[in-house]
Amino acid sequence: MAQLTLIQAINDAMRVALERDPSVVILGEDVGKNGGVFRATEGLWERFGDDRVIDTPLAEAGIVGTAIGMAVNGLRPIVEIQFLGFAYPGFEQIVSHAARLRTRTQGMFPATMVIRAPYGGGIRAPELHSDSTEALFVHTPGLKVVVPSTPYDAKGLLLAAISDPDPVLFLEPMKLYRAVREEVPEEAYEVPIGQARVVRKGEDVTLLAWGAMVPVTTAVAEEWAQKGVSCEVIDVRSLYPLDEETLVTSVKKTGRAVIVHEAPRTSGVGAELAALLQEQAFLWLEAPIARVTGYDVPVPMFALEDAFRPNAQRVSEAVRQVIAF
Amino acid sequence: MLRQMEKVGLQYLQPDGTLTPEGEVAWKPIERPLKIEFYKWMRKIRLFDQRAVILQRQGRIGTYAPLQGQEAAQVGSALALNREDWIFPSYREHGVAMIAGMPLKQILLYWMGRVEGCRPPEGVKLFPPAVPIATQIPHAAGAAWASKLKGEPSVAVAYFGDGATSEGDFHEGLNFAGVFRLPVIFFCQNNQYAISVPFSRQTATETVAEKAAAYAIRGVRVDGNDVLAVYTVMNEAVERARTGEGATLIEAVTYRHGAHTTADDAGRYREQEEAREWVELRDPLTRYRKLLEAEGLWSEAEERDWEACCKQEIEEAVRAAESAEAPPASHLFAHVFADLPPSLVRQREPLLRQEEEK
Ligand SMILES: Cc1ncc(C[n+]2csc(CCOP(=O)(O)OP(=O)(O)O)c2C)c(N)n1
Repeated sequence: MAQLTLIQAINDAMRVALERDPSVVILGEDVGKNGGVFRATEGLWERFGDDRVIDTPLAEAGIVGTAIGMAVNGLRPIVEIQFLGFAYPGFEQIVSHAARLRTRTQGMFPATMVIRAPYGGGIRAPELHSDSTEALFVHTPGLKVVVPSTPYDAKGLLLAAISDPDPVLFLEPMKLYRAVREEVPEEAYEVPIGQARVVRKGEDVTLLAWGAMVPVTTAVAEEWAQKGVSCEVIDVRSLYPLDEETLVTSVKKTGRAVIVHEAPRTSGVGAELAALLQEQAFLWLEAPIARVTGYDVPVPMFALEDAFRPNAQRVSEAVRQVIAF
Repeated sequence: MLRQMEKVGLQYLQPDGTLTPEGEVAWKPIERPLKIEFYKWMRKIRLFDQRAVILQRQGRIGTYAPLQGQEAAQVGSALALNREDWIFPSYREHGVAMIAGMPLKQILLYWMGRVEGCRPPEGVKLFPPAVPIATQIPHAAGAAWASKLKGEPSVAVAYFGDGATSEGDFHEGLNFAGVFRLPVIFFCQNNQYAISVPFSRQTATETVAEKAAAYAIRGVRVDGNDVLAVYTVMNEAVERARTGEGATLIEAVTYRHGAHTTADDAGRYREQEEAREWVELRDPLTRYRKLLEAEGLWSEAEERDWEACCKQEIEEAVRAAESAEAPPASHLFAHVFADLPPSLVRQREPLLRQEEEK
């Protein structure tokens, strides 16, 4: 087994997919010769050639739209959108077509494809490169949305996304691309979509997070452990479909929940989670569910990025509040 | 070589610094101060650009998009505009921005990740850099449309790269301009790469300019490293727009000397030989300086003085930007809405409290 970073694990998943299945193709901007602006597709063009790893014109609607056509005609496209914030020119194709093709054709022509996009803040990227708009896609029926936070999960989840019959949006937290290395098996394996990951067991409060907020939240749990408060940390990982059982079971056990996400607060995925817990674990709750989120402001340019993103101090304060309630 | 030149478009000033016969005609009526101004701006912009790259390497600004190599395209086009004209740039038009009246300090603040750097001084009709590709193109059409509806003589210009011509927004913007006969100029700096993707992957046509025909607007291809030709072509386009003759698509063929941004490595996708040819043989500054010197309009001493003067101005701007007071966290909420809704007032509350305690 090799020690890989998250982005290397993503690269490795695509290598495996291209090797095993001749119908898999990758398309996007700069994915070929350049190996992707973050190097997610590094080496794949050299190895698999121009018909399988395709540099496209700079046109997201065109990329997603042609990928839909490829998918219905027998290929399995993996689309790279360079940054999630640039998915919007292709949004029409994603929400009006990819997401509902199965329904509209009554199962005849499903848009079997993966859309990968780096997202989130924390790397001092230029304006509009750091949005976390996962909620827009989670709110779109017909799409699956997953977010890995470890190298192992990244490879397994991406392979699961590629073999999934439905369109899957695969969001990659840029902040974690090179944050840690981890043992990643060389062969193919899948981390099932629809399952959360329990990062850390605990008894007193459940902390829910995904993507780049997982390490922040885990660090807070460790801090509280020193003070005798035991936090269960869950990486939600699959934002749609949700692993309701794991989340609800945990909150029934602890009686308290803090939800952490980087996206703005209003109608964020956190709101959905809070509603779910309220519906299914109401009688077990001992405190109102707390949310730690980005503010309802445009994601700022990087000078104020740290003020926008939830940090350990804000998460810790929320834990204190739900415990003291 | 000859074939290369044909591809380059309308050219007045040849790489060896001599004028073509048409170039002679275009050159004569230009006032002497403007002839010198072309060069002074190009030199200043290049010095700024080189300094910005170093500032990025030193961690004093964030990721930066260099423009070196594209000075003639920016200077020649921007100097043909007036204060009343609207400019809708992409992220690489620092040169255009300076000429429009954006202080260097503001440009630096932008690359320091500060939103204050988006805001031009009063009276400067310069939009913030468009980060999503091609989105500014319809904006320019809209601003031009408004001028037309209001009966004002101002024109609007959108600046963008060759990659932008693949996006739907490009086609939609040009189509509106054609249908409504708008006083707008679409200025494409074809630097031949969209990050790593070469022009031949953006379009199967030989040129960008020919796309104008599909929208019934005028299209011109010009040597973007020839400041005189760019200026002349832009002047004509502005004139036509002001007199109700409609839009022009200008394709200025140029080359970026360096990487796409400071986060990119151009060596991965461009042949060294190709880059060297553009940098050494077709540099827009070298070429124009030869002409100026041959005409007795510029000397080594003037060069030295001007460089020193620019460097001083740039250093002052760096100091001013670096010593600009850091905004407090509550600034996140400063201009989200004209009046802050109650939920946002509540979200801001803890930040204000912390700031008061400090
Ligand atoms: C809609 C959108 N997609 C992708 C990107 C990422 N991106 C930034 S610059 C760039 C290349 C732009 O090339 P071009 O239009 O030729 O302009 P140039 O950088 O050469 O000036 C890409 C793909 C983006 N900013 N916006």
